[in-house]
Amino acid sequence: MYGGGQVFEPSSTNNDLLKDEDPKKLAEFEARIARGEKIEPKDWMPKLYRKQLIRMIEQHGHSEIIGALPEGTWITRAPGFKRKLALMAKVQDEVGHAQLLYGAAETLGKSREQMIQDLITGKSKYSNIFNYPTFTWADSCFISWLVDAGAIVNQLANARGSYGPYCRALDRICAEESFHLKYGHHCVIHLATGTPKQREMMQEAVNRWWAPMMHFFGPSDKISTHTEILTKWKVKMATNDECRQQFLDMYVPKIWELGLTIPDENLKRNEQTGEWEFTEPDWEEFKRVINGDGPCNKERLAVRRTAEERGAWVRRALASKTKGEEYVAPMA
Amino acid sequence: MTEEALKDLLYKIADDQLILGHRNSEWTGMGPLLEEDIAFSSMAQDKVGSSLAFYTLLHDLGEQEPDTVAFTRNAEQFHNCQFVELPIGEYNFSLIRHFLFDHAELIRFQMLAECPIEEVAQVAKKLKGEVKYHVMHANTWIKQLSNANEEAHTRMQESLNYALPYALGIFEPSQFENDFIEAGIYPGEKAIETKWKENISKILTEAGLTLPAWDSIEAVYGGRYGKHTEHLQPLLSEMTEVFNVDPTADW
Ligand SMILES: [Fe+2]
Ligand SMILES: [Fe+2]
Ligand SMILES: [Fe+2]
Repeated sequence: MYGGGQVFEPSSTNNDLLKDEDPKKLAEFEARIARGEKIEPKDWMPKLYRKQLIRMIEQHGHSEIIGALPEGTWITRAPGFKRKLALMAKVQDEVGHAQLLYGAAETLGKSREQMIQDLITGKSKYSNIFNYPTFTWADSCFISWLVDAGAIVNQLANARGSYGPYCRALDRICAEESFHLKYGHHCVIHLATGTPKQREMMQEAVNRWWAPMMHFFGPSDKISTHTEILTKWKVKMATNDECRQQFLDMYVPKIWELGLTIPDENLKRNEQTGEWEFTEPDWEEFKRVINGDGPCNKERLAVRRTAEERGAWVRRALASKTKGEEYVAPMA
Repeated sequence: MTEEALKDLLYKIADDQLILGHRNSEWTGMGPLLEEDIAFSSMAQDKVGSSLAFYTLLHDLGEQEPDTVAFTRNAEQFHNCQFVELPIGEYNFSLIRHFLFDHAELIRFQMLAECPIEEVAQVAKKLKGEVKYHVMHANTWIKQLSNANEEAHTRMQESLNYALPYALGIFEPSQFENDFIEAGIYPGEKAIETKWKENISKILTEAGLTLPAWDSIEAVYGGRYGKHTEHLQPLLSEMTEVFNVDPTADW
C-alpha cells in the first residue's frame, strides 16, 4: 500500500538548498540522470535531492506501516480460512514494505528510529487515505483492491525513478502488490455478486471510500506546488493528475462491471480527449485531513505510538546486547 | 481405537492451532520491531494453516466443512487448552507462550509422524518441519532477551511464572489416553509432557531463567473438555462476526 500526493519541501527551501551547490557537480549529476543512470548511496548528490528523497521514501514507509492498521483490524474477523490466511499474508507484506522502504531511506542518512519518531510525533506525513475508518469488512476489501491498485499506479511510476535503492525496493514491492490486487479484487467480486446484504455492504463501502480515493493521488496539478526540478531529477515520475487518470481508466470500468455505482454523477470518460471527467474533489477537506483533522488521524498515531512504547523494552534489550553488556542473572 | 477417539485428538490439535494463530496474528502491525512483527505474523499464518490441515482431516472423517467447524461453534464446543486463548498481553508473555507451546507441538508432531494412520502421519511430518523453525526462533529470542538486561530478564521470568500452570494444561489427559497408547497412535500426553520438561529446562537454563519445582505448579485443566476462561467466547464472537452475517454466503 502507498499513497500518492506526497508533501514536498516548499520551493523557498528548495532555492536555499540549491544555491550553494557546486555547479560542475550538479551538471554532472543531472547528466547522469538524463542518461538514465541510477544514483547510488555513495554517489555525489545535491542536498535538495537527498532531502526530498528522504521525505518521499519515509512518507511511503509510514504509509505502509499505518496502512497496516485499518486492514489489520480485520484479520481477526476475516470470514473463513481462505480470507483469513490471505489477509494475514497481505498485511504482513505491508509491514515488510515498510521495512524495505525504511532501509532504502536509511541509505540517505536518516535512521529508522528517527523516522518512526517523526511519524509518531506527527512531524512526517503518511498517505491521507488511512485517516478514514474501516467500518465493515467491505471497507477492508475496498482498500485491498482499490487503494492497493492506486498504490501500484504510483509505485510503478516511481520504480523508474533515479535513486537506485528506492527503485530496487519498489521492484520487490510491486511484485507483491499484484498478489494484493488479486486478493482484493476477489473479495470485492464475492461481495458485489453475492447476497443482497453483501452487495449493499460493498456499495456502501464504495460510497464511503470514493472521495478519499480521489484525494489519494494528491491535489490537481493545477493547484499543487511546482515540482519541475523533482521531475527533472526523476524523483517525481508522474503528476498527480496523470496517476489519477490512469487509475480511473483502469478501474472505473471494472467497478461498473460488477454492478456497483460510483457516487459521482459527473464521472465519465470523454471520448474525444480520452480523459476522465469528474466532480472536482474537495481539496479543502484533503488539506484539513492531511493536517491532522481527519476522522482517524489521532487514533492511527495513538495506536502506532502505543505499539512503539510497548515494544521499547525489546529494543532496549537488543541494544544493550549489541553493546556487549550481557546481563548476568543473580544466582538463586 | 474408535473414530470418536481419533476425532477428539484431531479436534484438540486443530483448535489449539487456530486459537493461538488467531491470537498471535493480533501482533500484526503492532510488533516491537518490524522484523519481529513479520516473523510473528508468518508463524501465526503457519498455525492457522495447520489448523486448517487438521480440520480437513476431520472433514474427511465426516465432520462439517473446515469453515463451518471453525466459524460456527461456540466456546464450549472448542477443545483447545486454556493457555492458547489467553490474551496476547505484553510481548514477553506472547513470546513465552510461543516458546512453551511450540516446544510441546514439536514433540507432538514428531510422535504423530510415526502414527499408523497414514493421513495423520503425513500432516504431522510436514508440520514438524515447520514447527522446528518456530522453536528455533523462540529459543533464540528467549535466550537473547532474558540475558540482555535486568528489565527484560524480569519481564521474561514473570511471564514464565504466570504461563507455566496454563502451559501444563496443554497435556490435560484425554478420556481416550489408553486407546491412543494401545493403538500406537502416539505415546500420550504424559509422554509429551515428560519430554517437554526436559527440552524446555535446557533452554531456560541457558536463558538464565529460574524454573520452579514442577510439583509446586498446579496445571490449569478444563480446556480439553470445553471449559474455558472468559477470554475465549469474545475471541470467537470477533472471529465469526463477519462470517455470521450470513453463514451460507460465499465470502
Ligand atoms: Fe505495500
Ligand atoms: Fe499492498
Ligand atoms: Fe505487499
